[in-house]
Amino acid sequence: MIANLAFDLFSIILLASAVMVVSSRNPVHSVLFLILAFINAAVLFLMAGAEFLAMILVIVYVGAVAVLFMFVVMMLDVDFAQLREGFQRYAPVGGLVALIMFGELAFVLTTTVIAPGAAEARLFPTPANVTNAQALGALIYTNYLPLFQLAGIILLVAMIGAIVLTHRDRRRAKTQNLTAQHARMPADTLRMVTAELGAGAKIPETVEVKAK
Amino acid sequence: MTIPLSHFLFVAGLLLVIGVFGIFMNRKNIIIIMMSIELILLAANLNFVAFSGALHDMVGQVFTMFVLTVAAAEAAIGLAILVIYFRNRGSIEVEDVTLMKG
Repeated sequence: MIANLAFDLFSIILLASAVMVVSSRNPVHSVLFLILAFINAAVLFLMAGAEFLAMILVIVYVGAVAVLFMFVVMMLDVDFAQLREGFQRYAPVGGLVALIMFGELAFVLTTTVIAPGAAEARLFPTPANVTNAQALGALIYTNYLPLFQLAGIILLVAMIGAIVLTHRDRRRAKTQNLTAQHARMPADTLRMVTAELGAGAKIPETVEVKAK
Repeated sequence: MTIPLSHFLFVAGLLLVIGVFGIFMNRKNIIIIMMSIELILLAANLNFVAFSGALHDMVGQVFTMFVLTVAAAEAAIGLAILVIYFRNRGSIEVEDVTLMKG
């Protein structure tokens, strides 16, 4: 069964890269493994039949979110070795919590059965002979239109918030005025003074400043 | 749909546990914590998509799209806060943030 083999392969790569994300020594490597994890998750989405979401995952997550992470990691000059101290100290309690959590999840997984009437209770069954993108679009532009618009507003608010947070006011900053510098002539600011021998230079009392 | 649902659920559960483990292990590095949150949300999305495929119901995929939206917004705002915090303090240690407790 080639599909099962491919599923095993991609899920193993996904889990291995997820482990590398949380345990990598260099945060840049963490971001790169995060990208690998997203791509493998997109393949798993494809296998589950969600083609449109798989492409969205590659475009939005790999193209935008992971690059944003990479940008911040590269831009901030952080001492990452200092941030890693205590890694061993937290390992036992972290491992214990992870073990208990996975035990509970495995317990739920092995004892759950899908109710026989679940197929009748579906809200919007997947239409046959229609591509996944078409089926999804027919749903989000009709029944889920308000929520879809709300998602757009959330993204707009996030964008404006990020800009407002990181924007620096530059009006009070001193900047170079190139035009004034280039228009400056020697006669405007320079004055030749002939010094008498032994008496030193005599500075004229009134220094008239010419405009420009 | 040749792959059984339980395989997907197993992988998603492991992914979620790895994300939680990452939060515990990197308690000082907030960038890795945010990446772990992304992994946890990805596990949730994988569950939604797997159930949507197994039960032939489109609503799971619609909900996955909303989760993706919220995750992207969260990453953008979180990283913006991180940048201004680093600009003010010169450090991104999580324990330094408790300074505001007074």
